[in-house]
Amino acid sequence: MPVPILAACDVHKSYGRGATRFDALRGVSLEIAQGESVAIIGKSGSGKSTLMHLLALLDKPTEGAVELSGHDAAGLSSAVLNRTRNSTFGFVFQQFFLNPGSSVLDNVTLPLRIAGVPRAERNRRGMAALAQLELESKAKNRATDLSGGQKQRVVIARALVNDPSVIFADEPTGNLDTATGAVVEDILLELNRTRGITLIVVTHDEDLANRCDRRVYIRDGLIVDDLTSSAIAAANAEVAA
Amino acid sequence: MRAVDVVGDAIDNTLRSKARTALTVVAIVIGSFTLTLTSGVGTGINAYINKTVASIGARDVMTVTKTVPAAQDSEAPIAYDPNAPTSSGDSMGGEEAKPITAAELKDLARVPGVLSVEPTLTVRADYVQQAAGTKYQAEVGGFVAGMSLDLAAGQQLGWNASQNQVTIPVTYVQPLGYASNAAAIGTTVTIGITAANGNATTVTATVVGVSVAGFSGGGSLTPNAALSRALYDAQSVGLKEAARTSYPSAAIRFDPAATAAEVTALKARLAAIGYDGATVSDQLGIYRTAIDAVVLILNGFAAIALLAAGFGIVNTLLMSVQERTREIGLMKAMGMPGGSVFGVFSTEAVFIGLLGSAIGAGLAIVAGSLTSGLLAGSLLTDLPGLQIIAFDPVAIGIIVGTVMAIAFLAGTIPAVRAARQDPIDALRYE
Ligand SMILES: Nc1ncnc2c1ncn2[C@@H]1O[C@H](COP(=O)(O)OP(=O)(O)OP(=O)(O)O)[C@@H](O)[C@H]1O
Ligand SMILES: [Mg+2]
Repeated sequence: MPVPILAACDVHKSYGRGATRFDALRGVSLEIAQGESVAIIGKSGSGKSTLMHLLALLDKPTEGAVELSGHDAAGLSSAVLNRTRNSTFGFVFQQFFLNPGSSVLDNVTLPLRIAGVPRAERNRRGMAALAQLELESKAKNRATDLSGGQKQRVVIARALVNDPSVIFADEPTGNLDTATGAVVEDILLELNRTRGITLIVVTHDEDLANRCDRRVYIRDGLIVDDLTSSAIAAANAEVAA
Repeated sequence: MRAVDVVGDAIDNTLRSKARTALTVVAIVIGSFTLTLTSGVGTGINAYINKTVASIGARDVMTVTKTVPAAQDSEAPIAYDPNAPTSSGDSMGGEEAKPITAAELKDLARVPGVLSVEPTLTVRADYVQQAAGTKYQAEVGGFVAGMSLDLAAGQQLGWNASQNQVTIPVTYVQPLGYASNAAAIGTTVTIGITAANGNATTVTATVVGVSVAGFSGGGSLTPNAALSRALYDAQSVGLKEAARTSYPSAAIRFDPAATAAEVTALKARLAAIGYDGATVSDQLGIYRTAIDAVVLILNGFAAIALLAAGFGIVNTLLMSVQERTREIGLMKAMGMPGGSVFGVFSTEAVFIGLLGSAIGAGLAIVAGSLTSGLLAGSLLTDLPGLQIIAFDPVAIGIIVGTVMAIAFLAGTIPAVRAARQDPIDALRYE
């Protein structure tokens, strides 16, 4: 079996200390292979976002280790961590986090700007990313002037612009109506299927979860179930039989 | 992140909340305006003094007077000493310097380092007259060999020429009946003088130059050595030998290559035998010290204004960091190093500093040049060449640089706060 692109090994995460100490994750182990689409599902407060932040190397576990392609992230320098988040990962959040004052194009090219890519190339790649999401005509608009669905597509363009191998999406459809949400889901799963981008989606939404290869159920900081589509298919087949 | 993008971001952010930036900039403008203007005054006047010192020349000349006993503490009564000479009656306001006699001139000449000694000949002329024209009152200025005057026409006095030579002030040209400054050169003027015995006599001299007023004199008739001597002799007819050969001061010459330390040592040797020596630069240095002190005080006020402006920058940027918590968190999540975040915010502070100081200095240059021009045409017409407020690009560069440095320091507080921000806190949904 190839080395998983991301792995959590018996990860604990606690917030606060003493009497106010809260254990958000209590021993989570998970391996994610390159090209998988994984849904992390659970009730509010169960620790989904906390797990995603650890996998995305935005936070460090209290105990246990997060591995990036087999290397313990605790051993990586902050420069390597920054570079990884900048060019290996792409982020889509429930809230858009678009800079209201800047143009759509400038918002999309933000990761490239952080990476130090010269302006001309930045704009070329930004336009290409916008083209994939059919938003070229909005490039010069201010980000605030777009509809919710358009904004989330801009956010996806921003996540894509630096050619990531993993996209993290925390409740990407949480802010959208069902129809627009479905469009965004289609785009994300399409990217997973056609470009082999690993997709890690945090969601409440069973419909979205069901469209992923794999569903990880989390409750009170522990993984309670980890199902792959083939296993589900098998289970369903059993029920049917 | 590329430097050009850091700067671009910083400028964009500064211009994003215009009202807030404008108010912060105004505070800096006030400080740097004042600082530029006061240093301009210092530059202007000191440049004038320096130019004057340089143009006067006579670097190797020291004016020597007898040391006046230290002024008594006005409150304390002086103990009576029957042997001490009483001061000659009712002279108010301290003693005058005692005259230097011919014998004492010889003593001075023997002091090591003194190359030559010449007495200062004080002459009181009654009038000056050109041909048979109107007689005008005239002062005869003191002049030291080696000095040069600010001339509007003609040439410097031939100090050692046997001919009687004189320069006339530019203000006398028209009254004396000359068509132009140049027309005066080479003509002969008559100087009227009253001798000690009461007889009026005259001395004639050739005009070699037309002088412009300045610190070096030039506002009066300036004679060469031959004319000085002729006038002095005419004036001294009827005086006793002792009175004729005692002088209020003397000019000594020393090695032009003498270092400052050697000049100081020479002054010490003169002081040891009871004389004060002052070079031309010492004499004008008094003005310079006074001006520097005034400028320093004014700069102090400007510095206080800038300090206040510094707090304004801290405040503005803290608000900006607060407002942009999300944006900063997002950029850090996307791999922006804390150092770059610090860079963006401190560049923003420096940009605000640059904006404020450049505007302030610009306004000061405009205001200063206008004022200076107005004053030169009105109040200061007697001192042509004095540009009361002058701007030295280096000094302005230093002011702008200093303000930017203050802004940078003020910006570090918010910039560090932004750099330390945890991206997760910013990304958590509220
Ligand atoms: N900085 C923090 N300090 C203290 N407690 C925290 C902190 N961050 C998260 N928690 C707690 O950790 C638990 C897990 O939080 P997390 O955000 O991972 O939940 P979630 O599963 O993403 O929930 P939701 O679906 O509502 O987003 C919650 O009970 C939360 O209150
Ligand atoms: Mg969450």
